[in-house]
Amino acid sequence: MMHNQLSRRNLLKWSGAGATVLVAGALLPNFGISPALAADLGEGDVGVLNYAYALEQLEAAFYSMVIETPYSGMTEEETSWLTDIRDHEVEHRDFLKTALADGAIPDLEVDFSAVDFGSRESVLTTAKTFEDLGVAAYNGAGKLIENPDYLLAAGKIVSVEARHAAAIRDLLNMDSVAFAGDDVVDKNGLDGALEPAKVLAAAGPFIKTEVTAKAFM
Amino acid sequence: MTNNNLLTGIDPEITERLVAHDRQLLRSSALKLGALASAPLVLAMASQEAFGQDMPAEVTDVLLFALTLEHIEDAFYRSGLDAKGLIPDKYVGIFNQIGKHEAAHVALLSGALGAKAIKRPALDLTAGGKYADALTNFDTYLTLSQTFEDLGVAAYKGQAANLISSDDLLTVALQIHSVEARHAAIVRKIGGKKSWDGAFDEPMTKDEVLAAAKPFLA
Repeated sequence: MMHNQLSRRNLLKWSGAGATVLVAGALLPNFGISPALAADLGEGDVGVLNYAYALEQLEAAFYSMVIETPYSGMTEEETSWLTDIRDHEVEHRDFLKTALADGAIPDLEVDFSAVDFGSRESVLTTAKTFEDLGVAAYNGAGKLIENPDYLLAAGKIVSVEARHAAAIRDLLNMDSVAFAGDDVVDKNGLDGALEPAKVLAAAGPFIKTEVTAKAFM
Repeated sequence: MTNNNLLTGIDPEITERLVAHDRQLLRSSALKLGALASAPLVLAMASQEAFGQDMPAEVTDVLLFALTLEHIEDAFYRSGLDAKGLIPDKYVGIFNQIGKHEAAHVALLSGALGAKAIKRPALDLTAGGKYADALTNFDTYLTLSQTFEDLGVAAYKGQAANLISSDDLLTVALQIHSVEARHAAIVRKIGGKKSWDGAFDEPMTKDEVLAAAKPFLA
């Protein structure tokens, strides 16, 4: 097991050198129909940062919609908390975009047709899904990062995502153990950690742009 | 620490089997227990097979540091849950859940450290009297809980880079890190605060964390 992981790490490191160029080069031709029909995240640290950037784009777009079209009965407190979360996700997205510079994937087209933005239950359940997924994504991606500065940056974001997850879960299920329930924290007291392939599969229905992570799958 | 304390959080089936098998063996090498549950197995493999007898000092230091913090948290929640009337009924379930996680973290890190693991240090949860009502006043208790959880988040974050050489240990540390953040979020919410300070959580160095934790070490 260790051997395979080390091999993969070396492969990532080895292939990371030309990553910036590869990200741009990996975009499929779009035939002038629509921007960002498809995007590959690229390799190495750029690939991991693009992966995070894709998820933050998704979250930022979702919460922007939540605040623009509040569900019926949204309390003042809920508006305040959800606005904070929206602002955080926008900051995360913009931070990653700046860090990636020319290496950033294009803006993704999202698809929230499965969400009923008028329904508290639908909105908060979707929020819970995104936050838990975000936490597991960052936790699973940490080992793919080579540069300690990027690892720290990811760490500064992931714990805020975990705070969001706990708060959203508590809004859905007040004063219960749901904030860190047994459905998400295992018997060893560990939160989720997912490989990019699983995360992208889960996020896929909400993203129109085809996002691939060839280097990580 | 008793064996039962150490076993908390490990797969009950495995625990039962082991306890039935040989209590004395458990007492003498309780730390090996961790290696028999799923995540501890990963950790033990990562720490022992990858490094053999020579776990890098840097990695050992991180794990011992983390274990110290988890011991403090574990003891803090045990004491709080034992203090009759301290935690309002509606929040007992939440603090039980947090305490369960901290106990599991102690077991997990102890398993990874093997013979190098430390037992729970002597603690003074009043920090030399500064928080004299720590276990009688829920507001004080909440304040301390938030302090420990936010401190834990900052501490793990600050150490992540020191585990970059071991994929498995890094992943487990990150998985603990986000659970501590969930704890911090709910404790803040109970205290009538927002669950966060901003879009980014800042790390703390080991020295900063130890300086903050030191008053609670007797």
